Amino acid sequence: MDRQPLLSVRDLEIRFRMRHGDLTAVNRVSFDLARGDRLGIVGESGAGKSVTGFGILNLVSKPGYIAGGRLLFEGRELTALPEEDLRQIRGNRISMIFQDPMMTLNPVLTIGTQMVETILAHRAISRAEATAIALDRIRKVAIPSPQKRLQQYPHEFSGGMRQRIVIAIALLNSPALIIADEPTTALDVTIQADILELLLGLCQSEKMGLILITHDLAVVSQVAERIAVMYAGTIVEIGPTAQVAGNPQHPYTRGLLGALPQRVPRGGRLNQIPGMMPTLTRVPEGCPFSNRCTLCEEVCRRRVPPLEPKAAGCLAACHLLD
Amino acid sequence: MNTDTLVSIRDLHKHFDISGGWLDQLRFTGGRFARRKTLVQAVNGVSFDIMEGETVSVVGESGCGKSTLARTVMRLYPPQAGEVHYRGRRIDHLSREQFKPYRTRMQMIFQDPYASLNPRMRVRQILEEPIRFHRPKTSGSEVLDRVAEIMQQVGVDPEWRERYPHEFSGGQRQRISIARALAVDPEFIVADEPIAALDVSIQAQILNLMMDLQEKRRLTYLFISHDLSVVAHISNRVAVMYLGTLCELAAIDALFDRPRHPYTQALLSAIPRLGAKGFQHQRLTGDVPTPIDLPSGCVFHGRCPHANDRCAREVPTLRPQGQETLVACHGVAEGRLPD
Repeated sequence: MDRQPLLSVRDLEIRFRMRHGDLTAVNRVSFDLARGDRLGIVGESGAGKSVTGFGILNLVSKPGYIAGGRLLFEGRELTALPEEDLRQIRGNRISMIFQDPMMTLNPVLTIGTQMVETILAHRAISRAEATAIALDRIRKVAIPSPQKRLQQYPHEFSGGMRQRIVIAIALLNSPALIIADEPTTALDVTIQADILELLLGLCQSEKMGLILITHDLAVVSQVAERIAVMYAGTIVEIGPTAQVAGNPQHPYTRGLLGALPQRVPRGGRLNQIPGMMPTLTRVPEGCPFSNRCTLCEEVCRRRVPPLEPKAAGCLAACHLLD
Repeated sequence: MNTDTLVSIRDLHKHFDISGGWLDQLRFTGGRFARRKTLVQAVNGVSFDIMEGETVSVVGESGCGKSTLARTVMRLYPPQAGEVHYRGRRIDHLSREQFKPYRTRMQMIFQDPYASLNPRMRVRQILEEPIRFHRPKTSGSEVLDRVAEIMQQVGVDPEWRERYPHEFSGGQRQRISIARALAVDPEFIVADEPIAALDVSIQAQILNLMMDLQEKRRLTYLFISHDLSVVAHISNRVAVMYLGTLCELAAIDALFDRPRHPYTQALLSAIPRLGAKGFQHQRLTGDVPTPIDLPSGCVFHGRCPHANDRCAREVPTLRPQGQETLVACHGVAEGRLPD
């Protein structure tokens, strides 16, 4: 493990300004990511996982804003950087991959143009050199006949191929960290497996860090080394993949895993967590999961549990665990 | 024929004409104009039976025609060719009026509970409508009782009957769509991706509800899904579709323990597995062909690792393999595929 982590997130708090006061979408989230490390952030919709991802790049759009916390990336404090310096980090040191490749790619420019422009925005090199880099990256994501493909438009590619292009663009400036927000949710399973395998292989060969944001626990467990489980804006459990997926500690993680059909004998009853995730205006006091937790005690309704080391070897935010 | 066959689908074809007006259809070829029609061949000769009380799932990737199949069986689309039989009576050629009694026996649940509930109707109105339409003699108080009873059954508090759909969460809304389908006491329910739009913990609630209701009311399900682990959980038999045709139809254990068709094998190997390290899935080469331009022979031959000349020429038919499996593959029939 490196002496200094690649990315260190401390007490990150992201709020949205609303007419009736602020909503806290991300509430004191902290984690570290070592160089070349792969972290998965899982949670249901509205848990704050995507906002966390955007927050790292300070890309939270209005009315959202970073209300507190520190984001240390390669020794630099991102929250204090001027916009221009931040722009040089985005797409250069940290790249992002989004769910829908059709939205990320410009439909009226060829793939080649888009790739070359991305390189030229960050580096003072010639067009020919930039094209050479683009070709190299297209080869890296295993797209056949790269020369020809560079001259094509996004609509000429299939969904899986488009997502490969997006990954190639993310790789252009050899970033140290890739944040992938539901990169395979829009794809079919056979293609999903191809894309995830590609992403995993690239992270290993290029020594890139990865933050994989997804709702799919199985997907995360295949790619990430560590998993953070988010609920209503907070991390409720974080630990090594085998630990979190195999021996979950927090009642929410346990409930979530029990709800997966894979873990239950065929035709048996699935574990269901009663109720639903609270909307951000109605997060209960104390532990945010307290109103759905079957083990809830007096203390859970009063005090917010801190994310702390538990006997099992992970960090969890629960009063009832030792 | 088996006595307890509920629905029988026979050689069903459904094509969509997407060529537009006749001007759009004009093509200039060989020095003159010709009119060309562009057809999407969504479902091509699918046949299978659904027994009473069982859950048959149709799986496949996007664009394989699984939703079209479901809608054609429900008669939301008229088929091009083929027949649908319900309890031994042919229903696909009936007039709207003749078909009406069947509407109370077969109902549908859709994927998106935001789009399938009328936002301007109260829950009570949504649930009353099918009862009033199909059973016009029911008195007002009976209808109200019935609505309350169904709401109770699907786990929505009847006190909320005067609310509008937007006041409910996604999971609650899907419960309301299930309630609407149940309002007329159907025997057969077609569920088209009923949980795809929901979060994991809510998916579990809806799946449990569907399984409970099946047990209580002896329902028969035709379940359309792309999620194989969900399908493995709730089905008795699974039909695997690729590009509008059926590749394999098998009992659940047979399919998951020993998939026969090369496409089924690739599909199963790609399911993300909890706790698996890395990837061991079978890679398919090439892109999915479009249903506008169907490949000759076996529709899968372009991506199949075992394809030969015969596969490119001849369309394979579904043949029994063992007790509980039907497979459409020359390689399996010839016994030249590795096990």
